[in-house]
Amino acid sequence: MAWQLHAVLWLLSELEEIGNCAHDHHTVTPLFCRQIHFVLLISRQGKVRLTKWYTPYQQKQKAKTKPLVPLDFLEKVIKEVSALVLDRGPKMCNFVDWQGYRVVYKRYASLYFCMCIDPTDNELETLQIIHHYVEILDRYFGNVCELDLIFNFHKAYFILDEVLIAGELQESNKKAVLRLVTAQDAMVEAAKEEASSLSNIIAQATK
Amino acid sequence: MAPAPPATAAGPSLVETLFQRSLDDLVKSLRADPSAAGESAAVARALSEIHREIRAADAATKAVALQKLTYLSSLHFAPVASHPLAFPAIELLASPHLPHKRLAYLAASLSLHPASLSLLPLATHQLHKDLSPSASSAAAHRHVSALALQLLASPAAAAAPDLAIHLAHDLVPHLSRGCPRAIAAASRVIASSPSAAVPVLFKPLAACLASPDPRASTAAAAAFCDLSAPPADAAPFLPLAPDLYNLLTTSRSNWALIKVLKVFARLAPLESRLAARIVDPVCQLLTRSAAMSLTFECIRTVLTALPAHDAAVRLAIGKAKEFLAAEDDPNLRYLGLLALGMIGPAYASTVHDCRDVIAQSLGDADSNIRREALHLMMGMVDENNVMDIAGMLVSHAAKSDPEFANEILGAVLAACGRNVYELVEDFDRYASLLADMARSLHCAQGDEIGRQLVDVALRVHDARPELVRSARTLLIDPALLGNHFLCPVLSAAAWISGEYVQFSKDPVELVEALLQPRTSLLPMSVRAVYIHAVFKIITFCFSMYVERLDNSSEAVDAVFDDLAVDQSVGEERNVAHVSGEEQGIRPISVEKDPVSGEEKGIRTHTVEKDPFSHESILYMINLIQTTLGPLVECNEVEVQERARNLIGFIHLAREIQELKERKVNGDKNSRVKELVVTVRAIFCQELGPVSANAQKNVVPPDGLVLENLAELTNIVSEDDTTPSTSVVFHPRSCHSAEVRDEPAVSIGSSSLSEHRKRHGLFYLPTGKAEDEANDYPHANDPLLPASDETVIDDKFKTIEPVLAGKKIKSTKSRPKVVKLDGEDFLSTMVANASVPKEDPLSGAVRGVLLTRDAKPSSSQNVSVIMSEGMLNKTGTCESSSQWMEKRESDLGGDPTSSSRTNKHRDKEKGTDLPEIDGNESRKHRSSSRSGRRQGKHKHRERSSTQPDIVPQAPVIQDFLL
Repeated sequence: MAWQLHAVLWLLSELEEIGNCAHDHHTVTPLFCRQIHFVLLISRQGKVRLTKWYTPYQQKQKAKTKPLVPLDFLEKVIKEVSALVLDRGPKMCNFVDWQGYRVVYKRYASLYFCMCIDPTDNELETLQIIHHYVEILDRYFGNVCELDLIFNFHKAYFILDEVLIAGELQESNKKAVLRLVTAQDAMVEAAKEEASSLSNIIAQATK
Repeated sequence: MAPAPPATAAGPSLVETLFQRSLDDLVKSLRADPSAAGESAAVARALSEIHREIRAADAATKAVALQKLTYLSSLHFAPVASHPLAFPAIELLASPHLPHKRLAYLAASLSLHPASLSLLPLATHQLHKDLSPSASSAAAHRHVSALALQLLASPAAAAAPDLAIHLAHDLVPHLSRGCPRAIAAASRVIASSPSAAVPVLFKPLAACLASPDPRASTAAAAAFCDLSAPPADAAPFLPLAPDLYNLLTTSRSNWALIKVLKVFARLAPLESRLAARIVDPVCQLLTRSAAMSLTFECIRTVLTALPAHDAAVRLAIGKAKEFLAAEDDPNLRYLGLLALGMIGPAYASTVHDCRDVIAQSLGDADSNIRREALHLMMGMVDENNVMDIAGMLVSHAAKSDPEFANEILGAVLAACGRNVYELVEDFDRYASLLADMARSLHCAQGDEIGRQLVDVALRVHDARPELVRSARTLLIDPALLGNHFLCPVLSAAAWISGEYVQFSKDPVELVEALLQPRTSLLPMSVRAVYIHAVFKIITFCFSMYVERLDNSSEAVDAVFDDLAVDQSVGEERNVAHVSGEEQGIRPISVEKDPVSGEEKGIRTHTVEKDPFSHESILYMINLIQTTLGPLVECNEVEVQERARNLIGFIHLAREIQELKERKVNGDKNSRVKELVVTVRAIFCQELGPVSANAQKNVVPPDGLVLENLAELTNIVSEDDTTPSTSVVFHPRSCHSAEVRDEPAVSIGSSSLSEHRKRHGLFYLPTGKAEDEANDYPHANDPLLPASDETVIDDKFKTIEPVLAGKKIKSTKSRPKVVKLDGEDFLSTMVANASVPKEDPLSGAVRGVLLTRDAKPSSSQNVSVIMSEGMLNKTGTCESSSQWMEKRESDLGGDPTSSSRTNKHRDKEKGTDLPEIDGNESRKHRSSSRSGRRQGKHKHRERSSTQPDIVPQAPVIQDFLL
């Protein structure tokens, strides 16, 4: 019962926020200055393949400021950024200005890897981070393609979390990242096997 | 979300677990139907499924459901508010099973919805447990704590400051171990709740800077880079400088160096000794680093934080130029331009050196690079090169794509027009540049170009001849007429060529251009301007013609006889020509053979020689009649009215000739002269604009109650927007039509008198009769004390410093550009106005209130009087001529120079109107002048440099400045 009440409250708050942001010009102010505000992977068709936010955004609102924005606002941001990025030709530079931020992007096959930074940040370094991440993905999946990321989205996130924390590069050694990720995978697999064997045992015992 | 039946809520149904769709299944189902509708249906179905599954008691089922929900919420933006990520995620965080825990942490760190985040503090205990050392294996523990740190560093945790406060102590062991995740998490925690976290975490974090582990020191440098970023104050981080310096000189990691440089860029301005210390290492990095990212960071650091170190700046600029020269890498070129943009004014000359490269970048394929290059170009502009750069940019705009071309034009217009054209010295060049811009292929800046054309014409007297020339080139080009973006420009050009027709070399050509057939493509509002410009030009030509006749007065009679004959011939031809188009409007006495073809021939020989010869005047008259004939029945009142004015004026001129022909009287010479001079007088008076602040300085005289001012402002504001009613005036009989078409009447006062009729109660009476009935003076009564010359002199003194200050810079003589609203100027003006015990103006107003005098001198009064006179036709010429003579004798000038006498310098301009009530008289002006100014009310004064100016007696000081 309590859970249902919660749900109703959330619904209400969601509705209220949608109402609020309908009038909003969605000017974004980051709460903190971060190296990278968000990471976005989009396909050439504009499909989102990965999003990761490192900055809690705030909309400039008249009455109250909310610490985080509703998802439809994020969706709008992503739509704008992807429209900007997808529009650009091959011979152009890898930076686009968007709403006072700079989006650094790079295209690998059919995927655009975008990272949003402050204009005072280092664009070339961000480009290197993108490349770094792509190389690790490539090694992990073995010639990575878009489908790998679609079906293993959580793994893409796990690897990203090893590369970037709180919007900062945390491990610049590719081998070290791969080692960590595979070690975690092994641990998880071991745990799974253990669990499945355990459940087998229980299942057999209860028969 | 309907309440679920208890059976399923409790149901740990094995069936569900067995048949639960995995993430792969979900992804496949989403991909099965790529259309938007199919996808959203699949998402909705999956959500309802997840909603059921996620409440399962079985952890495995729950975990899969959570994974699917995470997928949907982060990639498909599913409306997860009704399916909060946080609640099941927090449940699963406690799971001892690593895969579940991992998924739960992922879900929690990705959740962004406020409703989910409000639940996050529930996880405090679990995070605490996961961060603390446990009995499990070291590897497993490291992994679990890494997940917990990950969550703490996520934006989700930043939204829950309590969480950070409670867990700060748990971070310390991880920090001392030098774990990069812990360092990142610590910086996040400090940022979200500084007061609680700094005492606990700052020291261990600072210790990480000196850590021998490069990963730890890099992470720490990044952490401090974040913490010292602009919204925060960098000063508290100054004590870290030694550690950072150490890192700067010893670290081999580019990542760390970039972060350290960023921190130093913020610290160096705070401590000058620090700047001196880091210059050498930074320069070393700059010279030997191969990584472009690091090189660029060094350039940025030097240019923004170490501008005082010349050698370093020169080195950085050299590197930036290398970036610019990178042909194959647009990224480097872009960054090179960015770097040039950071160069301070002290090294502006080096930016100038790169002008060619920058200009080349204007043609880059990448719009970012183009825009940045344009930005740099505009930054380079100063008064010496503004015209060169602007000219180059405008020629470049012709080659660019439409969007960028307009960006260029907009930037040029903004730069040149900035602060009342402070950069522009050569206004002749600017005038032709404005015309070039208008002719530019993709120009969509017509509004601004038109505005500046008129604005320059009003402010800069010396530029008028060139403006008229430029306007001519715009007007005679038939190709421009079809471009609707250029209508404002053409309107401005037409106005300029009408207003300053005296500078035109060939008025006849102008009339032809203004009446060319393609003008029918113009919107009506612009056509009205065109017609009115024709009116001004023809008036001017008439007056020149009459003046010339005057000069050779000994032969007047003979010439006039000739004229009469010739003109009657031309007229009659034309009448026949026109009469087909406007039947019944104007019954004409004599009809002769319509030989319109010959008219065209006239233009070719005689007219070109002399625009004021009688052939050219005839030619123009005929042209006007042919072209404007159809327009007197136009549905658009502005056009109709102006066409009628013009045609009526021509008829009047002709009628005099007819009178002559019939030998009714021999006074036609003076009558033509009167007519022409009267009409010309209307157009050559320049009324000055009124400063927006003038009214404040007017002290209302005792006894003048202005109680309805509030209402007045309401009406004034609403009146401006009232659309003109589209009344069609039917053609009238000859007599009345001509009376109605009397030019001066309609132009000068029709709108004014209309307005007065509507808002009569807000007006001070203007007519003589009203004056008798009422104690109020004219709103624009002329007889104010003429003793204001002293005040005028004062004004001159006050205006001089302002203009002088402007002029000092310029080496060559710059035409005077009059500005009014400068603060310094206003303040002196206000002081000036309020210091005298007996304010001259209020004294003047009082004087007027006591001694009413109906003698008119302003243009309104001219027109009012004339309208009264013209209405009873026979008395028209006499009354107006008498009045004009009187006026001329008052002014002591001949008719043509009456314009000059009215063009007083600066503040005298437009001072015919005393500010008895600023609102009203301003209203008068705007209404009476709206036809001429096209609603562009200038609130700034203009200056004139005519030498023959003598302040006239009836000039009244007002607060026009």
